[in-house]
Amino acid sequence: MSSATVDTPEGGFEFIVHDDHHHDDGEHHHETGTMLGFWIYLMSDCLIFGILFAIYAVVGQNYAAGPAPVDLFELDKIAWATAWLLLSSITYGFSVIKMHENNKNMMMFWLLVTGIFGAAFLYLSVEEFMHLWHIGAGPGASAFLSAFWFLVGTHGVHVACGALWLVVLLVQVQIHGLTHENKRRILCLSLFWHFLDLIWIGVFSFVYLTGVLL
Amino acid sequence: MSAETHDSAKAYRDYLKGFIFSVILTVIPFYCVMSGAVTDVPTLIAIIFGLGAIQMLVHVVYFLHLTVSAEDGWQAMSVVFTVMLVVIIMAGSIWVMAHLHENMMPAHDQIERIKNLP
Repeated sequence: MSSATVDTPEGGFEFIVHDDHHHDDGEHHHETGTMLGFWIYLMSDCLIFGILFAIYAVVGQNYAAGPAPVDLFELDKIAWATAWLLLSSITYGFSVIKMHENNKNMMMFWLLVTGIFGAAFLYLSVEEFMHLWHIGAGPGASAFLSAFWFLVGTHGVHVACGALWLVVLLVQVQIHGLTHENKRRILCLSLFWHFLDLIWIGVFSFVYLTGVLL
Repeated sequence: MSAETHDSAKAYRDYLKGFIFSVILTVIPFYCVMSGAVTDVPTLIAIIFGLGAIQMLVHVVYFLHLTVSAEDGWQAMSVVFTVMLVVIIMAGSIWVMAHLHENMMPAHDQIERIKNLP
């Protein structure tokens, strides 16, 4: 019904239905449908991580005569990874503020900084996993390592997907500008990114810091 | 326009507040574990989990901007539901599996194997 009145960008098909409704309201109203839907996706992701944490809690101390956390984890590197992720969270926040101010260049700058911090985190993660693999502490070595690789690996894959999404968004904003659709995408990725930082709090508290004590 | 600039000043303050709280809540557990300033393991674990939980709340409030009224309350509702499920899954798994573990026969073969390692 509304497709006739709105000049749709390519790929904007699924959002047309809401467009009429919100067109007059300006930008201050969230598009309840998409944002709430994305939030519920995050909650389902939260369940996945909850289950992975539960698995780790159950089998995380079954070393099968293999290496234990205290032999494997290098806390100084984890501290750096935590710092990068936390910094990327606040720079994303700045990016969202600039988006609300319709300042495209500064918004892209902070988004780029976020991406660089995210890449630094990913670099440390990949380095750690490669190191573990080379010393024979792969996911097949013990129940503890299976649970560890699965939990931390899932988080890492999420961050990698978020980084890819971030790059795509940078291109989108560069080409199409701060359109209504792009703003919504930026807000969705913001939720995703902050959510991953929240999960990381659980990972470094439960897996790394507690791990080296037991 | 002035309303918007006011909004972004407040938004900056909120993000910075959240960031500073997060830094403090991250540095304390890392420092306690890495420096060996606290040696009592149960105390350390209490510090790690307590501060971790507080930091998660900080993130939810200052970064994810969760409020009771957002999205007519559906956002908060879905969070409560998810947290409930996660607590049931985690507490239930740990509880059940710990009981199972207690009732298992000791793994003689495994103990013998480890004893005979070179």
